[in-house]
Amino acid sequence: MPKPPEPTDPFLRALVRAQRASLSRRSVLAAGAGAASVSALLAACGTSGTPSSPGTAGPAEDVSDEDKRVTWANWTLYLDYDDESGTYPTLEAFTEQTGIEVTYVEDIDDNDSYYGRVQGQLANGQDIGQDIVTLTDWMAGRMIRQGYTQELDKANIPNWENLLPGLRDVSFDPGREHSLTWQSGFGGLAWNKTAVAAGLRTVSDLWNPDLRGRVEVLSEMRDTVGLIMLDQGVDIASDEWGDDEFFAALEVLDQQITSGQIRQVRGNSYAEDLVSGDALAVIGWSGDITVLNFENGDNWEFVLPEAGGTLWSDNLMVPIGSRRKKNAETLMDYYYDPAVAAEVAAYVNYICPVEGAREEMEAIDPELAENPLIFPDDEVLARSYVFRALTPDEENRYNAEFQSVIGN
Amino acid sequence: MSIVTAIGHGPGQGAPAAAPRRRARGGAYLLLAPGLAYLGLFFVVPVFALLVTSLYVPVPGGEVGSFQPAFEWANYVRALETYWPQLVRSFAYAAIATVAALAIGYPIAYVIAVRARGRPFLQAMLLVLVVAPFFTSFILRTVAWKQILADEGFVVAGLRALSVLPPDGRLTATGFAVVCGLTYNFLPFMTLPIYANLERLDPRLVEAGADLYASGPTTFRRVTLPLSMPGVVSGTLLTFIPASGDFVNAVLLGNSTTTMIGQVIDSRFFKVSDYPTAAALSFVLMVAILALVAAYIRRAGTEELL
Repeated sequence: MPKPPEPTDPFLRALVRAQRASLSRRSVLAAGAGAASVSALLAACGTSGTPSSPGTAGPAEDVSDEDKRVTWANWTLYLDYDDESGTYPTLEAFTEQTGIEVTYVEDIDDNDSYYGRVQGQLANGQDIGQDIVTLTDWMAGRMIRQGYTQELDKANIPNWENLLPGLRDVSFDPGREHSLTWQSGFGGLAWNKTAVAAGLRTVSDLWNPDLRGRVEVLSEMRDTVGLIMLDQGVDIASDEWGDDEFFAALEVLDQQITSGQIRQVRGNSYAEDLVSGDALAVIGWSGDITVLNFENGDNWEFVLPEAGGTLWSDNLMVPIGSRRKKNAETLMDYYYDPAVAAEVAAYVNYICPVEGAREEMEAIDPELAENPLIFPDDEVLARSYVFRALTPDEENRYNAEFQSVIGN
Repeated sequence: MSIVTAIGHGPGQGAPAAAPRRRARGGAYLLLAPGLAYLGLFFVVPVFALLVTSLYVPVPGGEVGSFQPAFEWANYVRALETYWPQLVRSFAYAAIATVAALAIGYPIAYVIAVRARGRPFLQAMLLVLVVAPFFTSFILRTVAWKQILADEGFVVAGLRALSVLPPDGRLTATGFAVVCGLTYNFLPFMTLPIYANLERLDPRLVEAGADLYASGPTTFRRVTLPLSMPGVVSGTLLTFIPASGDFVNAVLLGNSTTTMIGQVIDSRFFKVSDYPTAAALSFVLMVAILALVAAYIRRAGTEELL
């Protein structure tokens, strides 16, 4: 694949670099070698008698035209929500426009546990009951590589042209044949402004004895360990680091958990603990904090640590076995309308991947259009890093060690 | 509960009962068939699959979660070496929770079955209260406890004011909270079997105790308690077995230092995609529970289960 020239816009440039970094040649080769046949059998935890290869099975017949429904699995605080009516306004409008009923489930708490839950069925090409799943770059790459996703029909998604150019040709999905970006965001520090008046500047500030037992970190390895590595001066986006750097950071995490400094290691649910007051300072995600402030009084602050924060994207995909792909595509198309995208961005406050959304945002809330966490500028992007792609061997060992350190 | 049933129907009971009814045997087997088929399909087959999976080895250089068949018994050694603390912790938490549930559940069952005897409406009301927690989701109730016991909640504030907790003490994300959660969630499983047993207690036996000049406590110790042992045995089993494998309470109320074996199995299986270790740990857990329960029943006596 010839490398196109890097875009001049700093935001796009950073995203292009980020996406290129997210899959190394080594891991692609390794994946091609042994995975396809054996993993399919084994994924069903050894019980299935005949190995099936989802890649060749082909998707089931599409029933979208008769069955006007679609189910979408997403993370919490990730779609505009109206507290008073208890509905998602953009989804309501979508149903009104298209007649397609959407079952929206906040089913994903972290990538690994979601993958572990559905992998067995996906490996056999079965319907997991969900037509759209939303997973982070590295996991999206794994799903696509293993043939667990269906190819998107761009004719049903004309608006996909609005995808920011830098995100169009990512290494884990060249030409975006299987995935479309939902949102991008940052991992960084957040704290309760009343309780931690001085605020936080570096990850090491979390280890302040005053915060003992009131700190929580994410169960997403790439964010938590990534931020600690950045704090230790490692450029997590480069290929320059390996076991030594990773385990040095893990050591810090281990100490802080053992000493009781870290109260809990959690997925998306850390947000509840910020609200209940159990957690006063966390490693968290940029958009969550803005939503919390909006819903529960302006009480928290989010920053990228001085040494830098993590940058990631989540991607919409249609799992193999879904029989309502066309409905799913219609929904994706809808969310790539800049006006709708702006409406979502105004609520979720993550980085919006849709071109033209910023202009639309100016009409909704000019202040948000200037927010560098939603429409990042040079300075912010220079301080955000994408965790480099891991080989399956590294992935296995790092994840196993990480899970051990967090008590599992 | 297949384990209990299997042990309960040991050779001592089956053989003499079957002999005089030889003619009915064919019919009995016919009636047993659905149950046996069910057990075969949903217990024996999965257990065998689990055993096979637990011996797999990773495909060299393969994708995450890809394994190939092998006879790697070392998986068990590694799993036990790494996770014995979580295993021991699970049984310790489950044992404490069982004792606590017995201490709380026995008096409740006694009041409903013995003290409220002859007042069916009161008995029914009290029983509904015992069972009421089942009307809402187990997870929701545990999450509610998490909110009630939160650092900024009134319980912690009250305990701090009374100096029961140090100023920076907490209740959630501790082993104490996990044990409390287990006790609370499995309390009905302890109370109901004891109630069912005490409810059948013949009041004339208690009267006889009094006639023989035994004091109230002595009658309880010499008559009521021994007669209610079958209820206590089934109650403790129904509490201890699920509690040792539970992970919801530990996830919601504990933290990284209170991990129970159920959590480890969950994380090995779903998060790390390390199926052999998860399978090996499940097997170890099953065998360990079986051994503990067998020892317990041997001591308590199987005939009292019925």
